[in-house]
Amino acid sequence: MAFTPRIGVYICHCGINISASVDIEAVTAFAASLPAVIIARDYTYMCSDPGQALIKEDIEQLKLNRVVVASCSPRMHEPTFRAAVASAGLNPYCFEMANIREQCSWVHPGSEATTQKAMDLIASAVAKAAHLQPLITRQVEVSPSALVIGGGIAGLQAALDIAEAGFQVTLVERAEQPGGHAAQLHTTFPYMQPARELLRPLMERVDAHPRIEVMLSAEVEEIKGFVGNFEASVRQSEEMRTVSAGSIVIATGFEVFDAHIKKEFGYGLYPQVITTLDFELLSAQNLQVNGHSPRKVVFIQCVGSRDQSLGNPYCSRVCCMVAARQAKWVRQRLPEAEVTIFYMDVRAFGKGFEEFYDQVRTCGVIYRRGNPSEILRQGEHLLVRAEDTLLGEVVEVEADLVVLALGMVPRQDSAALASLLKLSRSADGFFMEAHPKLRPVDTSVAGVFLAGCCQGPKDIADSISQARGAAAAAMIPLLRGQVQVEAATAYVEEELCAGCGQCAQVCTYGALRLHPVRNVMTVNQVLCQGCGACASACPSGAVTVSHFTFTQTMAQLEVLLNGSNHQRKQELLPTASLMAK
Amino acid sequence: MPDNNHFEPRIVAFLCNWCTYTGADLAGTSRLQYPPNVRIIRTMCSSSVDPVYVLKPLLDGADGVLIGGCHPGDCHYQTGNYKTRRRYVAMQEILRASGFDPRRVWLRWISASEGQKFADTITDMVASLKEMGPNPMQVAWAI
Ligand SMILES: Cc1cc2nc3c(=O)[nH]c(=O)nc-3n(C[C@H](O)[C@H](O)[C@H](O)COP(=O)(O)OP(=O)(O)OC[C@H]3O[C@@H](n4cnc5c(N)ncnc54)[C@H](O)[C@@H]3O)c2cc1C
Ligand code: SF4
Ligand code: SF4
Ligand code: FES
Repeated sequence: MAFTPRIGVYICHCGINISASVDIEAVTAFAASLPAVIIARDYTYMCSDPGQALIKEDIEQLKLNRVVVASCSPRMHEPTFRAAVASAGLNPYCFEMANIREQCSWVHPGSEATTQKAMDLIASAVAKAAHLQPLITRQVEVSPSALVIGGGIAGLQAALDIAEAGFQVTLVERAEQPGGHAAQLHTTFPYMQPARELLRPLMERVDAHPRIEVMLSAEVEEIKGFVGNFEASVRQSEEMRTVSAGSIVIATGFEVFDAHIKKEFGYGLYPQVITTLDFELLSAQNLQVNGHSPRKVVFIQCVGSRDQSLGNPYCSRVCCMVAARQAKWVRQRLPEAEVTIFYMDVRAFGKGFEEFYDQVRTCGVIYRRGNPSEILRQGEHLLVRAEDTLLGEVVEVEADLVVLALGMVPRQDSAALASLLKLSRSADGFFMEAHPKLRPVDTSVAGVFLAGCCQGPKDIADSISQARGAAAAAMIPLLRGQVQVEAATAYVEEELCAGCGQCAQVCTYGALRLHPVRNVMTVNQVLCQGCGACASACPSGAVTVSHFTFTQTMAQLEVLLNGSNHQRKQELLPTASLMAK
Repeated sequence: MPDNNHFEPRIVAFLCNWCTYTGADLAGTSRLQYPPNVRIIRTMCSSSVDPVYVLKPLLDGADGVLIGGCHPGDCHYQTGNYKTRRRYVAMQEILRASGFDPRRVWLRWISASEGQKFADTITDMVASLKEMGPNPMQVAWAI
C-alpha cells in the first residue's frame, strides 16, 4: 500500500517571542490548509510538558505519521521534539522543524511580510515532512577516556573530576609545568588567600592520581574522529603518540594583554611602570622598586579591556578586583604609601566582591574616576596625566610606581586549535559556547567542551565552576558507553549508478568504494558523515543522503516558489487584531 | 514591467548547519533586523548544494539564491566548502549560458559568530537585487 503522509503541525507562540510579530491565528489556519496536514494547533510553549503532550496525543489519536513544529531553531529544540515523537512511537526522523523565531519573529517587525515568511517556512517544512523517511539510529562503543587540553587551574580540575568518576584521563600541557596563570599569582581576591594554597593541593592530587596521565611540554597536533572515539596525535619533544578519547575538554586559558601596545603608558620604557602580573612577583619580593619602597603608587584599570580602539570592547572581569587586591596589599605592607586607582567603573559583581571593595576603600586607597591619557617622566618620578571624569578636569598625579591592570585576551594560537577541532570563536576571539545561556560548557562539536578562560575572561571560582560543569558534561557519553552515530548518511541506488566514481573523488572520509565485481558504488556507513558532497556531485542522481534528499529539497523549493499557497495566504491575511496596528 | 522600488525580491538561501545557519540564528538571538525577503533551507554542508537547487528556484522566478558556508578551512567536513567554491565558479558559467545574471547567486562565508555579517548580507543582497530588478523569468509575484 502506498504511503500516505498524515502530518500534524504545531505552532509555538514562545510566550510572546513569536506571537508578538507573527499572526499565529492566520499561520495556524494556513498550516491546516496545507496538503496532508491532518491537524494544526498553536500553543504558548510547545517545548513544555503540556506542549509535548499535545503532540503525543495527536500521534496516537489521529494516527499522525509525520510531525512539524514551528518554533525556535532546530539547533535549540530538535532533540527535545525528536524524543517526544519517539516516545509516542514515531521514528525520530519523521519530524521536521520550521525556524520561525530566530530566523523570523526575532529579526523582522510585526507585519504581514513577517507572517507570510512564517507561512512559507512552515509550508516548506510540511513539504519536506511529507517526504521524510524513518531512519535507523546506530550506536557505537565509546572509548572510556577523556582528553583535557591545557593544565591551568581549569584543566586540572576537569581532569581530576573525570578521573575521580572512574575514567582514564590524558592531560596535555604545553608548558614544562602545569598550573597556568594561577601558578604566577601571589594572593587572590577577595579573601587574600595565597594562590599557592589553592593550586598546590589540586596539582598534588592530579599528580598522584592513578587514572590521570599528565603529558608536559606536549602539544596536540591533530584530532580525528567524533564523539565517543576521538584520536589525537600528541607531540611530546620529538615523539608522537596517539591518544584515544571519548570526549575532550578544552582548557587552554588566556593571554594577558600586551602592555607595550599602549605606548602612552611607557611600559618597557620606564622601569617604574609594571603590570598587575609583574606585581605578583614584586609582592613576593616585598615591593622593592630600585631598592626602595615606593611611596606613591598609581594603578590604572582596564588596560586592554573595554577599549574599542584596540578591538577589545569586552570587560575582562577580574582586573578591577586584581587592582583592588594589590592596592590593599600595598596599604598593608607600606602604610605610609599613597595609593590611587584610576578607574572607568568598578565592577564588583562576584560573591564577596562588593564587601571586599568596601574594605579596600576603607583602608585608604583613593579611587579616582578617570582616563589616564599618558605617563610622563619627571626626574626620578613619573607623572600620570588623566582626565578626572567626575570633576571634568585634567589632573596630574605623581607616582614612583605605576601598575597597569591588564585585561585578558584570547591566546594567539586559538585560531589554530579552533580549526583543528572545527570550533567556533566569538567576535572577541575566545572559543564560543554552543548557546550563551543554556549550553555554556558545550561547543557546537559533539563531545568537545570548554572550561576556564579559553571561553572568555573569568576568575578562579568561575573557572573551577565551568571546569566541573565541562567535566560532568564530558562524562555523559563516557558513562553511557555508547553514542549514537549520524543516521543521516549516504546510500546508493545501484540501478542508477554508472560506476563513474565521481562521488568517491569528493568524499573526504573515504566512505565510498566501487564494488569490485558489480562496478557500483558502495557506502561505508561507519565512515560516512553525511555531508552530502557526493550527492551533489553524482551526475546520475544515484547517491542520496538521507534526511536531506533531492526529493525533499525539490519539494521545499516547489512550495516556496510556485506559490500555489499564495492565494490562500492572501485570504488569511490579515485576520487577527494584532496585525491591525 | 514592475516598478523596481516597489518590487520585493524573493531569495532562497541554502545555509550550512554548522556555520551560516548558526550565524543566522545568532542574528536572531541578537535581535538584529534584516529584510524578510529570504527563505532559508538548512543543509548539512555547503558542498551538498546541488546546482539544480540553484537553477530550479531561478527558473521558477526567484530573484536570488544565497549559498552560505563556513570560512575556508573551517568546514565541519574539512574540505566541503572548497568543493562548493569550485562548483560556484563553474555554476557562474552555467548561469550565464542559461541567460541569468550570475550576480543573482551569492556565495558567502559566514561563521557561527557572524550574526551581524549574516544580517548585513541579506540587507545588501536585497538592495542589490532591487537594483537589478526582477528575475526575467518571473511571472508575477508580490511579497
Ligand atoms: C594578573 C592577574 C591576577 C589575577 N588574580 C586573580 C585573583 O586574585 N583571583 C582570581 O580568582 N582570579 C585571578 N586571576 C584570574 C585567574 O588567573 C584565571 O581565572 C585562571 O588562571 C584561569 O585558569 P585557566 O585554567 O582557564 O587558564 P590558564 O591559567 O591560562 O591556563 C591555561 C593552560 O593551558 C596551557 N595551554 C594553552 N594552550 C595550550 C595548548 N594548545 N596545548 C596544551 N596546553 C596549552 C597553558 O600553558 C596553561 O598552562 C588573575 C589573572 C591575572 C592575569
Ligand atoms: S557519482 Fe553516481 S554514478 Fe558515479 S559512481 Fe558515484 S553513485 Fe555511481
Ligand atoms: S555524505 Fe559525505 S562523507 Fe558520506 S559518502 Fe557522501 S561525501 Fe562521503
Ligand atoms: S559545514 Fe559549513 S561549509 Fe561545510
